[in-house]
Amino acid sequence: MANGILVFVELRNGQVRKSSLEALSEARRLAPKGEKPVVAVLVGDNVNAMAGVANKCKPDKILVVNGADFANYSTEGFAAALTDAIKKEDPKYVFAANTSLGKDLLPRVAARFDAPCATDVVEFQKDGDNLLAVRPMYSGKVRATVAFESPIAFATTRPNVFPVVESENGTQAAIEDLPVKPEKIRAKVSATHAAEGQKVELSEARVIVSGGRGIKGPENWGVLQELCDVLGAALGASRAVVDAGWIDHQHQVGQTGKVVSPQLYFACGISGAIQHLAGMNSSKVIVAINKDADAPIFKHATYGLVGDVLEIVPKLTAELKKLNQ
Amino acid sequence: MKIAVCIKAVPDTESKIQVGADKTNIDFSGIRFITSPYDEFAIEEALKLKEKHGGETVVFSVGGAEATEVLRDSLARGIDSAVHLQDAEFANLDPLSTGKVLVAAIKDGGFDVIVCGHQGVGGDHSQVPSIVAELLDWPQVNVLMKFEIEGTNFKAEREIEGAHETVEGPLPVVISAQKGLNEPRYPSIKGVMAARRKEIVVKDAAALGLSGIVGAVHSKMKIKTMTAPPDRPAGRILEGDVDEKIKLLVDLLRKEAQVI
Repeated sequence: MANGILVFVELRNGQVRKSSLEALSEARRLAPKGEKPVVAVLVGDNVNAMAGVANKCKPDKILVVNGADFANYSTEGFAAALTDAIKKEDPKYVFAANTSLGKDLLPRVAARFDAPCATDVVEFQKDGDNLLAVRPMYSGKVRATVAFESPIAFATTRPNVFPVVESENGTQAAIEDLPVKPEKIRAKVSATHAAEGQKVELSEARVIVSGGRGIKGPENWGVLQELCDVLGAALGASRAVVDAGWIDHQHQVGQTGKVVSPQLYFACGISGAIQHLAGMNSSKVIVAINKDADAPIFKHATYGLVGDVLEIVPKLTAELKKLNQ
Repeated sequence: MKIAVCIKAVPDTESKIQVGADKTNIDFSGIRFITSPYDEFAIEEALKLKEKHGGETVVFSVGGAEATEVLRDSLARGIDSAVHLQDAEFANLDPLSTGKVLVAAIKDGGFDVIVCGHQGVGGDHSQVPSIVAELLDWPQVNVLMKFEIEGTNFKAEREIEGAHETVEGPLPVVISAQKGLNEPRYPSIKGVMAARRKEIVVKDAAALGLSGIVGAVHSKMKIKTMTAPPDRPAGRILEGDVDEKIKLLVDLLRKEAQVI
């Protein structure tokens, strides 16, 4: 085929990840049906049941790699599966979502093909028969448009950027089994422990409520968590409060934490250091709540509320609760 | 135990970053370079491994003159020796090429562990550790929160979305550090003095057998243009007393922004 797009579709806890459907939808947009083929690849133990979810994004074919070797993620096992899928389909581009798994897997497989990989892509552009990828660098302070000079190139897509396009109509893609036996799996996952204190994951959250120094102390996270619960939001934090030990690093948003692009971002008591802005400036809507009317965060906020976080947030939570009833 | 650390000199995270005149890179004038923040955890982990298991630590960096200072800083923190991979050809490499340079320098060193930061701050690729592991055909564990060695095996904890995974396997291994893996130490005055006297080994493309193979022109991913991010539309400060502001905010979020 040599001109289509192969998309690695990631499964987590028996579910297809939304960010993978975003990558698959973008692949279909770039390679319209009938023009260039799009193939989805699912890897796991008994994954055929999940193929239907991927099917809604209208790939031409779904490859399934099943086996006990793939019950847990391993770099080497999944790299073997993806390598065999690529050899079989000979795509020009290979996509995956820019998740922990995608970031671990794609650069490794790309190196196996002596091929380039663009991570955390936020936009693709067509350049004749080729694709250009736009990716933020310096945590979004600049954007680079990169070109690939290779018969095959890899890319990971930033979660929450590309829309999922699903349809119940049309033909169902053929599901094809691809038997893969990894030569060796040396590094193996022996256990998975849920991280404490985070109900919704930051990088894929639709809404994020973040706190900084303005919440005055770690005893006040509950105030923000209640707002999170009403909105189904993830809890974020500035570097200042992570470094002060008020909360674990997994919550940190910013250049040395997570870069996020939710639909709605609440910056509560966060002044807006360059470090932090870099991590959340691509959010669709930013609400800033801060006592200091001159805080830099207000220059970036869609809606700014000058005032005490600990007074405003509980009242906002109460107002939203009323709405839900 | 022989431990390699791969580090990168990057612009200080507090720097104002602007697109340079050639529109394919940033403007480096007036930029202060630091060790990429995640690489500080890599250096610390190498030092801790040596303290516990004995052996030798070597730090490697691909880069221009800016790399000298961060290599010297690693020596001041206690890394035994430093190798600077420097060549005019090594400017503006893509991650795959950077991986090839590091592997050429590291592969025959008899190392048991290669430690990197999980992301070079700035390029933000998060690729070099996995590329190095692939080119060496070693296992890899990225975004580490914990790392232990027992005999010839390792046990690591890696951060994934909303969870930690325990990963076990045999040495040698390539690992990449996340914030929280350890608490990096500051260089001691004694360390700084000793580092000044140490020689930093410099290797160029010819010495690494990479002449005409690795270089910006051979990179398969090239930056065509670099731009500033799109400006955010001007925002609005909500007026009134607290209750009025909140009512207005909820209304705007529902009807204007349509996000709740």
